[in-house]
Amino acid sequence: MKYVVEMLNIRKEFPGVVANDDISLQLKPGEIHALLGENGAGKSTLMSILFGLYTPDRGTIKVRGKEVGITNPNVANELGIGMVHQHFKLVYNFTVTENIILGMEMKRGMVLDTKSAAERVKGLSERYGLNVDPHAKIEDISVGMQQRVEIMKMLYRDAEVLIFDEPTSVLTPQEVRELMGIMRNLIAEGKSIILITHKLKEIKAIADRCTVIRRGKLAGTVDVASTSEGKLAEMMVGRQVSFRVQKEERQPGKVVLDIRNISVLSSRKVLGLKDVSIQVRAGEVLGIAGVDGNGQSELVETVTGMRRAESGKIFLKGTDITDMSVRERIKAKMAYIPADRHKHGLILDYSIENNMVMKVYYQQPFSRNGLLNGDAIREYAKRVMEQFDVRSGQGPAASARSLSGGNQQKTIVGREIDHDPDLLIAVQPTRGLDVGAIEYIHKRIIEQRDNGKAVLMVSLELDEILNLSDRIAVINGGEIIDIVEAGKVSENEVGLMMAGVKRGETA
Amino acid sequence: MKRFFGKSFITALVAVLLGLLAGAVLMVFIGANPFSGYLYLFRGGLMTIERVGNTLATATPLILTGLSVAFAFRTGLFNIGAAGQMLIGGLCATAVGLTLVLPKPLLLTVMVAAAILGGAVWGLVPGLLKAKFNVHEVVATIMMNWISYWTVYYVVPAYFKGAYLETESRKISEAASLKVEWLTGLFGGSYINLGLFLALISVIVIAFIIDRTIFGYELKAVGFNRHASEYAGIKANRSIIMSMMIAGAMAGLGGATFYVGYASNIQIGVLPTQGFDGIAVSLLGGNSPWGVFGAAVFFGMLHSGKGFMNAMTRIPPEIADTIIATIIYFSATSILIERNWDKLKKRAGGAK
Repeated sequence: MKYVVEMLNIRKEFPGVVANDDISLQLKPGEIHALLGENGAGKSTLMSILFGLYTPDRGTIKVRGKEVGITNPNVANELGIGMVHQHFKLVYNFTVTENIILGMEMKRGMVLDTKSAAERVKGLSERYGLNVDPHAKIEDISVGMQQRVEIMKMLYRDAEVLIFDEPTSVLTPQEVRELMGIMRNLIAEGKSIILITHKLKEIKAIADRCTVIRRGKLAGTVDVASTSEGKLAEMMVGRQVSFRVQKEERQPGKVVLDIRNISVLSSRKVLGLKDVSIQVRAGEVLGIAGVDGNGQSELVETVTGMRRAESGKIFLKGTDITDMSVRERIKAKMAYIPADRHKHGLILDYSIENNMVMKVYYQQPFSRNGLLNGDAIREYAKRVMEQFDVRSGQGPAASARSLSGGNQQKTIVGREIDHDPDLLIAVQPTRGLDVGAIEYIHKRIIEQRDNGKAVLMVSLELDEILNLSDRIAVINGGEIIDIVEAGKVSENEVGLMMAGVKRGETA
Repeated sequence: MKRFFGKSFITALVAVLLGLLAGAVLMVFIGANPFSGYLYLFRGGLMTIERVGNTLATATPLILTGLSVAFAFRTGLFNIGAAGQMLIGGLCATAVGLTLVLPKPLLLTVMVAAAILGGAVWGLVPGLLKAKFNVHEVVATIMMNWISYWTVYYVVPAYFKGAYLETESRKISEAASLKVEWLTGLFGGSYINLGLFLALISVIVIAFIIDRTIFGYELKAVGFNRHASEYAGIKANRSIIMSMMIAGAMAGLGGATFYVGYASNIQIGVLPTQGFDGIAVSLLGGNSPWGVFGAAVFFGMLHSGKGFMNAMTRIPPEIADTIIATIIYFSATSILIERNWDKLKKRAGGAK
C-alpha cells in the first residue's frame, strides 16, 4: 500500500468561487503531511471534503487504494479518518471519559459502562504518551489537555488518519513542543497525519511533506527537509515575502498611556486583572504576550472604555480617562483595532464607506445639523481605501461583508490610523490573515511607531510580539509577570513567563 | 426608493404571486373559477372611485403600523406591540375629541398629537425595560398590548360611554373626525380621510430619518451590530429607547387614523388586528418605508375587495384572508425565494 489516503483531481465549486480546482493530495502511511495555504485558499474545503462535510463536484477519493464515496462524517469515521477541530467540541461539565465515549456509549443492560471505557482511555493515554486523567472534568484541565482529549476521541474510534486543523493556535510554545512529541508518537504507532496550518516554522519542525495550495489551485507538493521556509512562503503567496519587519532603533518619548494599578472584573465576575500597571511611551510598541484568556481582553476593554475598572486609574497624555465614555476616549485620540473584526470592528451589513466613518460620522464634513453628507463620506472612503490598498470589486458602496478578510482588516486599520491617533491599540491585528496582508499591516504599525505614536499591541502569536515590540509585557492569570526589553529576551524565556514562571525561577 | 425596486421588491413580488397562486388553487378546490374570483376581488377594491377610496382608507392604519414594526426592526427590535400602541393612540385621540371643544383644525392637531404621544409612551416603556434591564421587547410589548386593552376596557365605559351601548364610546362630532367633506366628496362618499396624508408624510419622514440622518445611521448601526456600534462610541441603549418610542408613535398615529378617521368611535374588548397585520406589511415591504407603503395598499385592496368577491361569487371572504396569510408565509420564507432566484439567475447566465 503506497498511500493510505488519496484525493485526486478534486474540484469543488461554490456559488461564485471555485474553492478547489483540480487539487490532489496523497498521504503516505506513517507520514506527517502538512497542508499549507493562505486563508481562503481552500484548505478547509479540501479537508471538509475528506471528512464528508462536502461532496466534491469532480475527482476521486481513495482510502487504502480503494475508491470511496464519503457522503457524511460517519462514513469518514468508519474509514478511520478523524478530525481534531480547531475549536474543541467538548462538554465542559463532563469528564474526559464521558466526552470521549459520547455518541458510542457502551452499555451494560440499562447502565452506562464508564468503567471499562475509562480503562481503555487510560490504556490509550499511556500508549501514546498523552498523560490524560480519564476522570478529570474538562472545565478543570488546561487547553492543551483539552486538545489531547480531542485527539483521544479519534484514537478511541480507531482512527488511522488524523486531520489536525490549526492545532497550535491555542497553545503556549511549551505546549506546542509537547504536541509535536505526541504527533511523533502517533506516527511511530503507525498513524498518518494531515496537519492544516499556515505556520511555516511548525511545518519545518515536524512535517515530512507539504502540499501547498494557492487560491484554490495546487501550487505543489514538496519534501519539507529540502525546501526552505522562504520557498514555502513563496509557493503559498505567489511572490517573495519578507518575514522580518524592518525596524530602526528609536528613543521612546513621553508617556502616552499610563495604566496605574487597575483591577478589573471579568465577565464571570471574578478578578480578571489584578493590580496591573503598564506605561506605553510615544514612539514605542509595547507588546502584551500571553496565552489567550489571561486578562488581555479585560485589559483592552478597560482601556478602551468598554469595561469599568474596580480600582486604579488610567491616564492618556496626562489626562485621567478612567471614567470617560468610549466616544470621549476616541476624541482624545485613542484608536483601536479589535481582535474580532466581524463582531467588534465592522458592521458587516453596512457599506464600506459607512464603516469608514463609523467613529467620525457625526463630525463635519461628514454631517451637518444632523444630516449625513453622502458625498463627503464617499470621497473620504475612496481616499482611505486607496491609501490603505483596500480592494473592493464594487467600490466603497459595497457591503463590508463582501470584502476578503485581509481587505476587511485593512479597512479597520485604515480607518483607525487615518484618524491620526496618539495611542493605537491593536489586538491580534493579523489574526487569520495571509502572509501578504500580515506583512502590510506590520509595516503600517511600525510606521505609526516611527511617527512617534504609542502602540499597545496584544497578540497570541509569539513571533508577532517578538518581531514588532520594543518592550514586551507578559501577562498570566491577570497579572503582569514581567516587562522586558524585546532585544534582551529569548523566545523560550517569554514562553516560560507566559506559563507563569518568573525569570530566575525554574519551571 | 432604490431599495424598493431592488432585490426585496422582486422577493415581495414573488411572494405575492405565489400567494395568489395558492389562493387560486383553493378556489379551484371549492369548485369556483379563480379567474372570476380574482376579477371580482380586484374590482371590489378598485372598481369605482369610492372603492379606491375605501382601499386607501383601509390601507392607512396598515401603513402606519407597518412603519412602526419596520422602524423598530431596522434597529434590531421586534415590535409586537403595534396593536396596543394603536389602541392607546386611538383612545387618546377619542378622549381629546370627546372632551375639548375647539375649531376643527386645532382640535385635530391636538388629537393627533395626543395619539402620537400615547403611542410613544407605549413604545417608550418596553424600550426603557430593554435598555435598562434587558427585558426582551417581545415580552414587554405583548404585555403593553394587554395594558392598553384593559385601559380601554375601563376608561371607555367609565368616561365616554355610548348613547345605547356599554361596549363602545360615544361617536365623535364631525369637527373631531379626520374625515373631511371635500375628500369624502372627491372619492364618492368613501371612508377616506386625512389620515392618508398623515401616513404619507410619515413614510417620507421615516425614510428620510433612516437614510439621511446621523440618527438613522446610529439606529441602523445598532440594528446590524450592537457590539461594533458600542465599540465605535455609539450609545446603543439610547438608540433602542428612541427607536421604540418612534415606533410606538407611528402605531399611535395609526390608531388616530383608524378610530377617529375610518371609524368614529372606539370599542372595548378588541385589540385592533391592524397592529398585527403591521408585522406582515413590514415583512412584505422588506422593512423599507416605501415598501411598507406598497404592501399596505395591496393588503388594503384585498381587505376591501373581499366582500364584493363574496357577493358576486360563491367564494367565501376567508379565501382573501387565506391569500394574505399565504403571502405572509412566503415573505417570511423570503430567503428561500432569494436563494432560488440567485440560482435561476446563475443558470440563465450560464446558458448564455
